[in-house]
Amino acid sequence: MSDRAGAPGRPAGAHPLQDIRRIFAIWIALSIVGDLIFWFVAGPHVPPGDMTSSASGAQFDFNVLFMVALPVILGVWTYMGYAVLMWRASRPGVPDPVGGPRARSNLKVQLWWIVLTTITVLGMFIFGTVELIVPAGAGGAEGPNPIWTPTSKTILPVQVIAQQWKFTYRYPTFGGMETNTLVIPDNTTIAFHVTSLDVIHSFWAYQLGVKIDANPGVDDIGYTTTNQLGRFSVRCNELCGIWHGAMWDFGKVVTKSQFMRWGEATERAHADNTKYLPPFAWTYVPTANTTTGVTVANTSGQAPFSKVQKYGATTSAKKTLKNVVTATSTITTGGSTG
Amino acid sequence: MTLDVAPPSQVGSAGGVRPPGGAAMRRPSWLGQHMGTGIVLAVGGYALGHYLGNVIASGYTYVGTAAENDVAIVLALVLAVVGWLLGVGALNYPLAKLAGREPAARPDADHWTKYFRFSVEHKTVGLQYLIAVLVFLFTGGLLAMSIRTELLSPTNHIIGPGTYISIVGEHGTIMMMMASSLVVGPLGNWLVPLMIGARRMAFPRVEAFSFWLFSAGYFVILTALPLGGFPTGWTGYAPLQTQADVGMDSYLVGFSVIGLGMILAGFNLLVTIINYRAPGMTWGRLPVFVWSILATSALLTLATPTLAVACVFGILDRTVGTSFYVAAHGGSSYLWENLFWFFGHPEVYIMALPGFGIVGEMLPVFTRKPLFAYRVAAAGMIGVALLSFFVWQHHLFQSGINPDMRPLFMLTTELISIPTGFIYLVGLGTLYKAKIRFEVPMLFALAMYFNFLIGGVTGVFLSDVPVDVTVHGSFFVLAHFHYTIMGGLVFAFFGGVYYWTPKITGKSLNKTLAKAHFWAMFVFFNLTFFPMFLIGLLGQPRRVFEYAQGLQTLNDFSSVSAFCLGASFIIFVVNFVWSIFIAPQEAPANPWGSLGLEWQTATPVPRHNFDRIPVVMADPYHYSEPDPPPVADLAPTSFAEMAAAGADGGGASRGGDR
Amino acid sequence: MLGLFAVVAFLVVWTAMSFVATEPATVSFIKGHSPGAPVHLVAQTDGAVGTGAHPTWVSYQVETPQSRKWVHTTLWQLPANTRIDVTIYQFDSGSPLRNQQWGRVTGTIGNSATITGTTFQVVNSYQHTVGHTFTVPTLGINVPLRGVDTSKKGFCTSGPCNPKTQLHHTVTFSFKTPKLPGNYRFQCFIPCGAGHYAGNGGPMQTLGYMGGFLEVQA
Repeated sequence: MSDRAGAPGRPAGAHPLQDIRRIFAIWIALSIVGDLIFWFVAGPHVPPGDMTSSASGAQFDFNVLFMVALPVILGVWTYMGYAVLMWRASRPGVPDPVGGPRARSNLKVQLWWIVLTTITVLGMFIFGTVELIVPAGAGGAEGPNPIWTPTSKTILPVQVIAQQWKFTYRYPTFGGMETNTLVIPDNTTIAFHVTSLDVIHSFWAYQLGVKIDANPGVDDIGYTTTNQLGRFSVRCNELCGIWHGAMWDFGKVVTKSQFMRWGEATERAHADNTKYLPPFAWTYVPTANTTTGVTVANTSGQAPFSKVQKYGATTSAKKTLKNVVTATSTITTGGSTG
Repeated sequence: MTLDVAPPSQVGSAGGVRPPGGAAMRRPSWLGQHMGTGIVLAVGGYALGHYLGNVIASGYTYVGTAAENDVAIVLALVLAVVGWLLGVGALNYPLAKLAGREPAARPDADHWTKYFRFSVEHKTVGLQYLIAVLVFLFTGGLLAMSIRTELLSPTNHIIGPGTYISIVGEHGTIMMMMASSLVVGPLGNWLVPLMIGARRMAFPRVEAFSFWLFSAGYFVILTALPLGGFPTGWTGYAPLQTQADVGMDSYLVGFSVIGLGMILAGFNLLVTIINYRAPGMTWGRLPVFVWSILATSALLTLATPTLAVACVFGILDRTVGTSFYVAAHGGSSYLWENLFWFFGHPEVYIMALPGFGIVGEMLPVFTRKPLFAYRVAAAGMIGVALLSFFVWQHHLFQSGINPDMRPLFMLTTELISIPTGFIYLVGLGTLYKAKIRFEVPMLFALAMYFNFLIGGVTGVFLSDVPVDVTVHGSFFVLAHFHYTIMGGLVFAFFGGVYYWTPKITGKSLNKTLAKAHFWAMFVFFNLTFFPMFLIGLLGQPRRVFEYAQGLQTLNDFSSVSAFCLGASFIIFVVNFVWSIFIAPQEAPANPWGSLGLEWQTATPVPRHNFDRIPVVMADPYHYSEPDPPPVADLAPTSFAEMAAAGADGGGASRGGDR
Repeated sequence: MLGLFAVVAFLVVWTAMSFVATEPATVSFIKGHSPGAPVHLVAQTDGAVGTGAHPTWVSYQVETPQSRKWVHTTLWQLPANTRIDVTIYQFDSGSPLRNQQWGRVTGTIGNSATITGTTFQVVNSYQHTVGHTFTVPTLGINVPLRGVDTSKKGFCTSGPCNPKTQLHHTVTFSFKTPKLPGNYRFQCFIPCGAGHYAGNGGPMQTLGYMGGFLEVQA
């Protein structure tokens, strides 16, 4: 109605959609500039970096989502900024608004809005799903029976044991030895088997782009493939009590030969304690709710650990799992002391 | 169909049948039942419960070894709540009925002490809620200040790690309790009957009961601090919950009590909106704020029972050694996660939808335009409410549960941004070629659109599983939900407070101070929480007291901004107290020129709201029309006139009590 | 309403302050210490601390360097880059470790410790129960402290316990504090929070009992 020429304060002959055209032009310009700057300037530095396949995957996904999100944000901001500047009552010559049915709804605009948001959302969903399934779970937790597994022939299993308030790491390929720091080889697909001895924790190897919750009695598996040497930090990501904030340490990605040397040396050095550890298993079930806290006893007299698989042996992911599961056992409960 | 257009001689009270003229006024003094007697009986109840618990459970093995008696604390807290309710008189009516007596129902004396009593009048309850949520908000805010103080340094600690975790949990829990009732409690109770043309709520005693449960929850959750705090944060994950000390009992009892209040409040509003609309108030004329309260009430009623049940399970695990959340005897640590988030995600929308409703109500007034795409707005709110029940597992993406279901929950989560987008369509459409008046409520409404956009878009990052691997549980999440809840709901709430205070109190708030409050809050809110996106992306998990040295600059920046943000609320308190109590200025009857039904009543609103039940003739958004229809006939005289006005009355017949 | 708010605000601040004020005291090993000289730190671990808000909880106690008095706290101020000679009198009974990894002595000078004069590097906690561990994860320090046999005479039931007359193990070891000042947490890895799920509640999660800080200062 008043869109037409002759509305007060508007140059005669102006197009009815003049405002929308302006907003659109500003939006396109801002979006292109913003997206380009982000992709080329900030994009390569977006956490968690590119130390592993899952880290670079997360970085790529973040960047793609950002490229979609930025124009959405800019679109709303441009429109609202324009509205605030041009359609405010304090600006001289702003015409009185017009009510009535045309201001109440516009079927075409509503339909377009719904269609566009739906397409965007479905596009992001398809992208996210592909990016989740193709890289075998993208470094996230896949539960005890992963369905999306890596194609690599050699997969190094590393067990992450969370307890209040420290992560320790067990290597079935080095005689079931347990260490306080995480060391993994370069150019290798790692299967992290995360479990907890008490409450829920979460294993967040930040630069590796890996985050897997540690649940008591659950073998939670996640995969990543390393492709850079360096140090990374590990933090607990699920509130687990007073020292949650201090439950962190640093890990290392080293070359394969360094890793073998380290593994064998540590296996020897730790042998004095490894023989007392419970047999290697994917989960451990300490008695949970006793009045005296935990009471664990190893009275079986059997060999307390078994050499499961030598690192470097050629097996598929599922087979790795199967082979090691045969060594499953649990810690039995025994007598109690205060 | 009979319409009640008789003068309201007996409405507003839940007293049921009452002899006319026989109602004795309550003595306006500190005699009788009020908060004071409530506190006395609550303390007595606490002592009694503690004593009973010690008698019952001191022989339990775990009590002996742990030297802590959960049974005593739980009984003490429960009996304290019962004592509180008895003390304020919330149970007088049901107890009298149980005893076979006809309860004496007396109207409240119109005296300021009514705000400290069990009042069944919806405007009194609304104001009680308003003060209570502000007390919650400022308590939680003070706790936030101590969190940010501790995070000033990565390794030097001002408060110990145990205290820090307790404060974090206390802040989160109080804020969540506050935010679930922030709008529904004060504005929902105060405004909905006025907006739909009713004289009261459907269940006034239930309404008042929900408030007194809400206020009891505040004291219960505060007892956690002297009891040693709880280490789980507001999410209360088991088995950490099972392991925690007696402070955890305050969390579980507190959330159960508040949860019960939320269920009752939601149910009451739901029934009221469906059944108590005035003649002519069809679904198509319902103010958009009422739509948002309708959707929120449905969520409150349907989602909160899960929380209450989960808390009771937790109490049983801790007191009588059941094993719902402990793997030892068939329980599971996943059970709490699922129950909690099955409530928790609808809860997130309980904390978002009322904000949408408020801004939807204010935009037309300050743009002088009708609300654009009204039906889409209503559909968006209902759509969000429905979808919110199908997304909870996105909180468990990294828990290892149902890994192959992750794409499904990614889809449902991202789908919810479509109905949320409707709210933006409505906002942008209403602004189109408008004549915006930048009154304070409008500033808050625009800020809500600004903030919630950031909160909403970052939500899509969190729903994308590969990105979630990095940002899950980090400060990124923290920033995200503060942008939606604080940036969305709290901004809308303050907009609403500035918008409706002239109606509620009859006084004008000082505009200069209000603008100062807005700008301080808006600027420092963004300066506080935007850096947290970066902090999270750079690897800082939530709820830590130690963090990487390199993140100190960002954390300090955020802390200093947080202190300024906290200070901005002082401006509000000063303005509120000054303008209402110290130097009150009468407000014009309809300062914003709104067409809403609530503005058509007298100020102050009479006890019975409407002399006659109005007949609604149009929705309240006919701005800038040459010949706007009247919104309602406030003095309908005959059926013929109503018929002529087009009142269909079909689903909306009863506006007052019969 | 204003009065109500003032009352509530006062209550909140008062509660918070009284709560914060219950944080344990700090014992300084820096005052009166000549730079470079080793610090001698004497502590004990009790099955029941005997004092404070939870007298039946397990706890560390530490001897003040000058007055030689037992203080119930786990906030110990130490000089940086200094050798610390630690003597711990372990009075508590023990149980197997939840994770036998903590049965290994690490991070001390020589990666070993002595128990009643005998040097050891590993404790098989299934054979000899462990009462507590002294563990500083960031510094890689871990020393298991063997539990005493409750059936023997002289078992200490309430602290502070007397090393001259009551049943205990004396464990000694030395470590070097780092050059970098900061607060290094230490904790116990025996689930000794009896009556709590997984044995890790109560004293395990309360500063002053089984968790604390080595406050290393330059």
